[in-house]
Amino acid sequence: MREREDEWTGLMRSAMSGDSAAYHRLLKAITPVLRAAARRGLVRAGQGVDQAEDIVQDILLAVHLKRHTWDANAPFAPWLFAIARNKLIDTLRRRGRRIFVNIDDFSETLADQPAEETASPGEVAAQLKTLPARQRDVLQSIAVESASIKDTARKFSMSEGAVRVALHRGLTSLTAKLREQ
Amino acid sequence: MDTDQLIKTLAADNTHRARPVSVVLALALLAAAPVSILMFVAELGVRPDVMTAMHNPFFDLKFAVTLALASAAVTISLHLARPEASLRGFVWLLAIPAGLLVAGISGEMMMPQRLPMMTRLVGHNSKVCMTAVPLMSLPLLAASLFGLRHGAPTRPAVAGAMAGLLSAGLAATLYASHCTDDSPLFVATWYSIGTALIAALGALIGSRVLKY
Repeated sequence: MREREDEWTGLMRSAMSGDSAAYHRLLKAITPVLRAAARRGLVRAGQGVDQAEDIVQDILLAVHLKRHTWDANAPFAPWLFAIARNKLIDTLRRRGRRIFVNIDDFSETLADQPAEETASPGEVAAQLKTLPARQRDVLQSIAVESASIKDTARKFSMSEGAVRVALHRGLTSLTAKLREQ
Repeated sequence: MDTDQLIKTLAADNTHRARPVSVVLALALLAAAPVSILMFVAELGVRPDVMTAMHNPFFDLKFAVTLALASAAVTISLHLARPEASLRGFVWLLAIPAGLLVAGISGEMMMPQRLPMMTRLVGHNSKVCMTAVPLMSLPLLAASLFGLRHGAPTRPAVAGAMAGLLSAGLAATLYASHCTDDSPLFVATWYSIGTALIAALGALIGSRVLKY
């Protein structure tokens, strides 16, 4: 467990210094843990686990857009669990339940078996449709068609810089829309 | 979009680098400061006897208190902008401006009195003080909240209150150079009321806008 947390911290440090492959590995590694914690929280609040994947995606977006608040000299896991806990509480509160989420929920799940994705998430996909066409096209090209930034730029006759801007704006407004709903 | 696809998209955006919260907060405050200063210059202005007043330790103490409040609030705000931050070990910073005030009040008590206590406390400018400090705080409060929105505070209301203290501390620094009431008793009473008002407003707005 300790080892895994140290590995995350190392991956995040590489990610912050520009290593996108390390970042990808890190996000893949934390997802099952987040998923298990989201399920546990939902079950404890007496709700169905079909929302778990939406919560996971919500957490991943927040991690991404707020990663500049992580201090590279601090361990990564407490920072991650603070964000995850916030997002979980927020989701449950929006459904008007009294909830108690303990930070230990997240630490405990580190030891759990990784959970597989079950119900398909709908919230991000639904909000994606409301984005401006340019941002939506770029996001879809990269997410669904697995195109690189370069290929996406060629496909839409945009500069790579413009693709990067559209991608980042798309993710930002997606997150804003999820919060507003 | 399934989660793997989302992860792929986030990884593709890893090249985007956001500015640190401290930089965004500083830039926002720099942009808002001229508005507050303009309000100050247009309506109040520095008191005419400022050169003599500077030799009065109680006049100088006002700046020590307001600047200590502003710096403590900046430090705590930036700390709270991190999601895993707890208040522990940081709240005591707010004891510095409070301690300075208490020291000032005790110091004044020991001086041979020229004016009775109530006269010093009520002063001449209490109404102006209670209006000017909150009003000049408003542009700075908006800027602080904007800056902190760039962070990820787990307690949005507390972070908002700190944004309020920070902007009130800065506005009170401006106001202190206008006000002829130098008694620490006056400062402890009227400055505090204006500051508390803005802190409460900051907490109220913060609880809405600082959620991430």
